[in-house]
Amino acid sequence: MSSSSSSLPASPLSSTSLHLAVALDGAGWHPAAWREPEARPRDQFTAGYWADLVKEAEHGLLDFVTFEDGLGLQSSHFAEPDGRTDQVRGRLDAVLIAARVAPLTRHIGLVPTVVATHTEPFHISKAIATLDYVSTGRAGLRIQVSGRQNEAAHFGRRTIPRIRFGEAYAPEIQEVITELFEEAADYVEVVRRLWDSWEDDAEIRDVATGRFIDRDKLHYIDFEGRHFSVKGPSITPRPPQGQPIVSALGHETVPYRLIGRSADIGYVTPHDTAQARAIVDEIRTEQAAAGRAEEPLHIFGDLVVFLDDDPAAAAARRDRLDGLAGYAYASDATVFTGTPAQLADLLLQWQQAGLTGFRLRPAVIGQDLPKITRGLVPELQRRGAFRTAYESDTLRGLLGLARPANRYAAATA
Amino acid sequence: MSKPLKQIHLAAHFPGVNNTTVWSDPEAGSHIEFSSFAHFAQTAERAKFDFLFLAEGLRLREQGGKIYDLDVVGRPDTFTVLTALAAVTEHLGLTGTINSTFNEPYEVARQFASLDHLSGGRAAWNVVTSWDAFTGENFRRGGFLPQEERYSRAKEFLATANELFDSWRGDEIVADQGTGTFLRDAKSGAFVHKGQHFDIEGQFNVPRSPQGRPVVFQAGDSDEGREFAASDADAIFSRYSTLKAGQEFYTDVKGRLAKYGRTHDQLLILPAATFVLGDTDTEAEELAREVRRQQVSGATAIKHLEFVWNRDLSAYDPDGPLPDIDPDLGEHTIARGRAQVRMYRDPLAIAREWRELAAANKWSIRDLVIETGNRQAFVGSPATVAKTINDFVQADASDGFILVPHITPGGLDVFADKVVPLLQERGVFRTEYEGTTLRDHLGLAHPDADAPRERAAS
Repeated sequence: MSSSSSSLPASPLSSTSLHLAVALDGAGWHPAAWREPEARPRDQFTAGYWADLVKEAEHGLLDFVTFEDGLGLQSSHFAEPDGRTDQVRGRLDAVLIAARVAPLTRHIGLVPTVVATHTEPFHISKAIATLDYVSTGRAGLRIQVSGRQNEAAHFGRRTIPRIRFGEAYAPEIQEVITELFEEAADYVEVVRRLWDSWEDDAEIRDVATGRFIDRDKLHYIDFEGRHFSVKGPSITPRPPQGQPIVSALGHETVPYRLIGRSADIGYVTPHDTAQARAIVDEIRTEQAAAGRAEEPLHIFGDLVVFLDDDPAAAAARRDRLDGLAGYAYASDATVFTGTPAQLADLLLQWQQAGLTGFRLRPAVIGQDLPKITRGLVPELQRRGAFRTAYESDTLRGLLGLARPANRYAAATA
Repeated sequence: MSKPLKQIHLAAHFPGVNNTTVWSDPEAGSHIEFSSFAHFAQTAERAKFDFLFLAEGLRLREQGGKIYDLDVVGRPDTFTVLTALAAVTEHLGLTGTINSTFNEPYEVARQFASLDHLSGGRAAWNVVTSWDAFTGENFRRGGFLPQEERYSRAKEFLATANELFDSWRGDEIVADQGTGTFLRDAKSGAFVHKGQHFDIEGQFNVPRSPQGRPVVFQAGDSDEGREFAASDADAIFSRYSTLKAGQEFYTDVKGRLAKYGRTHDQLLILPAATFVLGDTDTEAEELAREVRRQQVSGATAIKHLEFVWNRDLSAYDPDGPLPDIDPDLGEHTIARGRAQVRMYRDPLAIAREWRELAAANKWSIRDLVIETGNRQAFVGSPATVAKTINDFVQADASDGFILVPHITPGGLDVFADKVVPLLQERGVFRTEYEGTTLRDHLGLAHPDADAPRERAAS
């Protein structure tokens, strides 16, 4: 809005419509979710389970789903294994789950988690480009760092100091975290340059000269950083969206800087409207500092949700699951219990703080995902705050993001 | 007493980045859109093939310091496209080439175990090695591996991955909703590997997949590569598609199995094979000649001559005579990212031989490259090709073939429609899939089938 007096960048959409995503993880975000009758805990290692969930999300016209991942067993502890046997442990590679579901869906975006810390940006760049091909333009990634010693030991290439919960703000730990996120920023830079390392019209099939490609339209990326150097070009041509979506979760300044500098979507965890506004301001400031003030950047609020048409039943379900788990479930994100209408009230209120969308974490996927798609979505539609049909076949399109120009294309004409 | 007929194994190699792939043909479609991969895979499955095969190269090839632009360039990520293909097929095996140098075992093991889960037991891994700093420039560690250590790393990589696959036995997930026990044992997936190349420990986080371990392919041809295959692989992707060379390779490699306590049926020999079909043998021969000319343009001919000469020959006319100057015998610098240049071990002798051939036959550079290049393995009418393939397999030149069509994605269709039914009539190729996993198709035992014997022996 050009009339705005704010010096901070604008959100991508001026409309009142909000964006909705669902975060898929195991049987749901509550540690006892798998014990609910709808949970299908043994099916989590089959394609059918994930296909059913994503089709349900697509039925609800959601913008996208994210898939959690990690390079070690899940743990209830902050940075180390917990040795528990009463919660879901073991998972499949998130990029591959997304790829398996892609041909079975048509509109919904697919955003797997990738860990920057121990993996190769060259491999991940072509994997997400390929996810974009197999989904014809619906791919993204959620970048994550690993500060766990046990995960570093799975690779044996570097050591990471032990990080204890509560010590995360100690200076020496902040240094480690800052370095992990700076590496992640370099990683995203490499991934993005590789996506652009082929111009869209590089394949020419010129029979007269015998040339399949115009090699002047392929580019070395020549990235040199502290953690890696990557030459390029990619082995995979530029994906359908040009640049698939990059997203990241953040809770403090260091990851907010990554979001401001590198992401298309940041996921944040406010607990009230004022906090939401403060976080949005901080990320917009980082965005401006990174010289991206004119670029669209979504900021989504994350919430764990227990939904029921009877608010007391939603709260009772949370209590019952806490009992099964043996402790009261807490989250980095707000844990909401209530009706779809109450959740709609909250989302629209937080939207006023500058959030452009929400990533909902179903406490029990088998129960709360259908409550999102069949309860919350119609409620938001009634209020004119959510789409009534898919308006685009690409994830960028659903998010109101144009297909970007290629950074390497000659600025001629 | 006659030997029982061997059953033939057939696979399809999605046409890749070599000049065998004719991109200039009007029938040639996209090499990167998923619809091409889906068409190709569904044709292979319609024909009851054992599996689809994907190659990989982690750096675009260069020649004379520039990206090589004459062949198809650009391919998808192997794991991602194979897993997507699992959604549009039900039985077809999915074989991916994955490098053991520019990857780490924990990540690759997760990806193969995930592919095996998500495909219901159809994953296979063609383990390849590389060492060159050229490819390394795309990765964190650069060119870190001496050439002589590439098989030692590959062998340890595979052994480590197998330890990770075996770190789950398959009965750990209880998921008892009543009692609240999800895992039988908190130590599920525990592993420790201390070796020359890998020093890792912890817990693998993917439960045991339907096949236990993916089927393992090996493609190297050196003595070390053959030993690696004999000791560790379930199948070899070989290059010997002629009868005599095929039989020699087959005898050699199968002969190496005994010292590893393995039997002949535990390692399948599957050469890559090109083909051209026509209504008659004569028509097929004519078509094959035409395809070979399409595969070798004048520009391509010059580039192929450079592989041997190790010099910039761009000033030469492809329709003119061979160069008078001799090959540069220094370090090979002209072509990078290609394994084949190392096959020309005596460039002077090859140059001499080629000049003599060209002079005797009045061949131009292009004629010579076409005539000395690989002829298609199978050329003829469907009846001829079916008979030839069967004869090769029954004569132990191979256990089947990995077919490489020259047209993407439709080049397999005519083989599926015309040749496969003839093989089925002969009773040497399945008419329906009998099992669900790739191990079933290939007649390979599940790794756990051996477990009791191993335990008893130890």
